[in-house]
Amino acid sequence: MTSVGTIPAHGRALRRPPPKRESGPIAWLRANLFGGVHEAVLTVLVAWALFLIVTALYEWAVRDAVWFTTDSLVCRRAAGACWAVIVEKHRVMLFGTFPYEEHWRGVVVIVTIVGMAVASGFRRLWSYRLFVAWVVALGVVLVLQLGGVFGLAPVDTNQWGGLPLTLILFVGTVVGGLPAAVFLALGRRSNLPVIKAACVAVIETVRGVPLLTVLFMASLMFPLFVPPELTIDKLLRAQIAMIIFFAAYGAEVVRGGLQAIPRGQHEAAQAVGLTYWQTTRKVVLPQALRIVIPALMNDIIRAFKNTTFVTIIGLFDVLGATRAALEDLNWQPYALEAYVFIFALYFVFCFSMSKYSEDVERRLREGRNY
Amino acid sequence: MRNPGERATDVTVDRIIELRDVNKWFGDFHVLRDVNLAVARGEKVVVCGPSGSGKSTMIRCINRLEEHQEGTIIVDGTELTDDLRDIEKIRSNVGIVFQNFSLFPHLTAIENLTLGPVMVRREAEHEAEARAMALLERVRIPEQAQKYPGQLSGGQQQRVAIARALMMNPKVMLFDEPTSALDPEMINEVLDVMVELANEGMTMIVITHEMGFARQVADLMVFMDEGEIVEQAPPQEFFANPRSARTKLFLSQILTH
Repeated sequence: MTSVGTIPAHGRALRRPPPKRESGPIAWLRANLFGGVHEAVLTVLVAWALFLIVTALYEWAVRDAVWFTTDSLVCRRAAGACWAVIVEKHRVMLFGTFPYEEHWRGVVVIVTIVGMAVASGFRRLWSYRLFVAWVVALGVVLVLQLGGVFGLAPVDTNQWGGLPLTLILFVGTVVGGLPAAVFLALGRRSNLPVIKAACVAVIETVRGVPLLTVLFMASLMFPLFVPPELTIDKLLRAQIAMIIFFAAYGAEVVRGGLQAIPRGQHEAAQAVGLTYWQTTRKVVLPQALRIVIPALMNDIIRAFKNTTFVTIIGLFDVLGATRAALEDLNWQPYALEAYVFIFALYFVFCFSMSKYSEDVERRLREGRNY
Repeated sequence: MRNPGERATDVTVDRIIELRDVNKWFGDFHVLRDVNLAVARGEKVVVCGPSGSGKSTMIRCINRLEEHQEGTIIVDGTELTDDLRDIEKIRSNVGIVFQNFSLFPHLTAIENLTLGPVMVRREAEHEAEARAMALLERVRIPEQAQKYPGQLSGGQQQRVAIARALMMNPKVMLFDEPTSALDPEMINEVLDVMVELANEGMTMIVITHEMGFARQVADLMVFMDEGEIVEQAPPQEFFANPRSARTKLFLSQILTH
């Protein structure tokens, strides 16, 4: 009999390196772009199209663009983009109807919220102190926006607008909505029929209607049913509506996480003597929330974008404020440029959140091996 | 010297666990049928029987992970009722070790041990940690204290689970097939710990098919089938002269290998 493969006579298989594969840029090109005649033709065509698009884009956005001017006629004469509209209108776009001389307060609000969000991205800083810092930061934000203390001129919430309004609504929605989502999810799994029914009713009702409807209810219908002396601020109503909306969707996500926790975990906690709330807080939620981070992040990013809906109840978020800024007939032709800027702004925020969630996921996978 | 057919302990004097005419149904399925069992303080009971015979359900009723519908369960003088205080009291006296370990995967080994005492008994954290280290020492894995369950082998995880149950200073330990989820080479490290625990005088009810272990530590063998206790006898007698045909058949099935 002939010997088979690499099994030597004494019966131990040899350790071998894996079979060689071609590598290097030329091998890569051949494998991916010029594998045959068809591929080569396609590659050339696509490259040509890309070249045309990129050069046209470059000419419009950079070469022929107008960057700074206070005169819209300069833009009219130019062939390229009119980025000057952003420079010219940035105050209205970023701060909306907030009193002009108080815009510095808006700047501080933006810096505070963005700064805190970035700081929260560093795991090293995760501690009780970060939580306290958030509470303080949100207090500062409210004081700056509302005014009326420390010699700050009072500003009505009707005048809030722009990026600070967007950020405040977003942070408010998440800070209020996440805990509410957790409680709704727990309630839906409760053994107590009344609590369970109430939570199911809230979740299913809110999930069954569009956010626009919820906001309309909050801003138009709510005052009709409530005596005038009990009416609360319109912005606050919108905020509460957004929190409930976020909570209903978040609750279903969290419920998925709760269901993934095996029964043995509850039993082990019971056997050690933990109460329901101790089990929930120390055993179930830490595991359940970890599982649903990607899905929750999805909801959080959506909450950021959903802030644009407040436009329809007469509040000017950053998008609404931009539309208002373009009411100026001189600059109206350059709406595209202004919206490109807003697009970039939203993209930076949403993409960072998405990357952050990816990072958290990876750490959890690497670090804790389960 | 006692006769081979006699139990080492006098159950009539100091019963720590007593099940009287316990019945339980899962839907229409009669899972426990008139179960009667008395365990004396310090006694070691090994329960065996085919799967689905109600072994797990029986011991899970003892600390109310399952609720019995008829009959009486008394643990260390406290009768198990719907009263939460009774349930709490009994649970604090009864430790349980599960087949699948059920460690908390998001906590390190030592955190798994200290969670209960710190949360339930308000024990100071450093005291709980000191006791936890001593127990991990006792189950011979002190060097794994800072690891997460996912980083430990099955045998190590089960030993952490035993230590976790011991943290509450239970008077009784229940073991629900503690070695059946383990790879064969890890079974002994867990059984060794259990033998030690037995030698220290812990009252134990162990569901297992490790008959070597049963012969070594059991004071009483219990054979269950179809929800009832078919036979209970001291191990010498149980293995040498099983009375019922069902016991004989079961023993022949598990001992022929």
